[in-house]
Amino acid sequence: MDTQDLIRAMAADTGRRPLPLRTAWRVALVLAVVAAGVVFVLALGPRPDAVAALETLRFLFKFVVTLALAGSAFLLLRRLVRPGAEAHAPLGWLLAGPALLLAGVGLELLAVPAADWWARLVGINARVCLTFIPLIGAAPLVLFLAVLRHGAPARPALAGAVAGLLAGGLAASFYAAHCPDDSPLFVATWYSLAIAGLAVAGAILAPRVARW
Amino acid sequence: MSGRNERELADLLRAAIAGDARSYALFLDRVAGLVRAYARSKISHGGVDPEDVVQEVLLAIHLKRHTWLPEAPVLPWVYAIARFKLIDAFRRRGRRVEVELDDIAETVPQPEVETVSARDIGRALEGLAPGQRSVVAAISVEGRSVEETARTLDMTESAVRVALHRGLAAIARRFGRE
Repeated sequence: MDTQDLIRAMAADTGRRPLPLRTAWRVALVLAVVAAGVVFVLALGPRPDAVAALETLRFLFKFVVTLALAGSAFLLLRRLVRPGAEAHAPLGWLLAGPALLLAGVGLELLAVPAADWWARLVGINARVCLTFIPLIGAAPLVLFLAVLRHGAPARPALAGAVAGLLAGGLAASFYAAHCPDDSPLFVATWYSLAIAGLAVAGAILAPRVARW
Repeated sequence: MSGRNERELADLLRAAIAGDARSYALFLDRVAGLVRAYARSKISHGGVDPEDVVQEVLLAIHLKRHTWLPEAPVLPWVYAIARFKLIDAFRRRGRRVEVELDDIAETVPQPEVETVSARDIGRALEGLAPGQRSVVAAISVEGRSVEETARTLDMTESAVRVALHRGLAAIARRFGRE
């Protein structure tokens, strides 16, 4: 079988239309939000004073950070599954969330006396945070890895890590509604660790799962 | 220079994705020529057979054609896939290479390993499940249509299409492992 034979076989295979990437992303995102939401509601649920907390800046700021991370990760990931688009993918976008968080930490350090810094950083819920962000983000990560598999990531480990950041940002956005610790010091420490765990998992899994 | 090439290839691929087999064969044939030149310029001697790379790239293009956006240029997409597959082929043979994306004409330094047996696609066919093998062989090597193949093998046309698609995917996976 030479190259011309192969071309003949592939030309005969045009009848089956592959799922467009755009559709794959849409389906994966909807399913990921639903899956994360279900795990969140069953395992944790929002904190009792969540509605009242909406009026506090620190509570809202958690969502600003986690959604900025998820949004930037998604925009980047869309490029990382398309050959040619990945080469000049603007990795700097990923700094949006961390930069906001860093600014928040700076303001927190100004607003809170030094004696309270440590207590704010440790918080009361660190273990729950480290457990449930990965747990809520696991199903979304699997879904995003499935899209990577459908696509063609030329830098699979990087794409997997960014998929982990997207899953982590999404999971943290749910988790933030439960967590009573609102200080940016807490978020910068524990949320980052939990999300980094998902990113590492994605970086390890993607080269195996999304081989093409 | 490549502006016309680019436009014509994009038109062919758009028609192909809409289901036009003839445009698709033309597209693949022209891309095979481009990738062959690219692979030959990168592989100085021995080790990797440029034609193997051509076939791997064509299969990847086929199985991943939905990763091209109809409004995006075709050639950067094609060369990105070719580069990825070329690096993969070198890596599987235990060699480290850097292939510059922006400099398609640049050549790879002389490889030090001397020979690796060129794998032929006949072996890839042998690796397929019997049902898939007879379908892929009938359509590719014997040049039959899907309808003819269905009649000869006493299958439904949709079963032939499924076997063909899975067979091609299996060949691509096999290529990636060897």
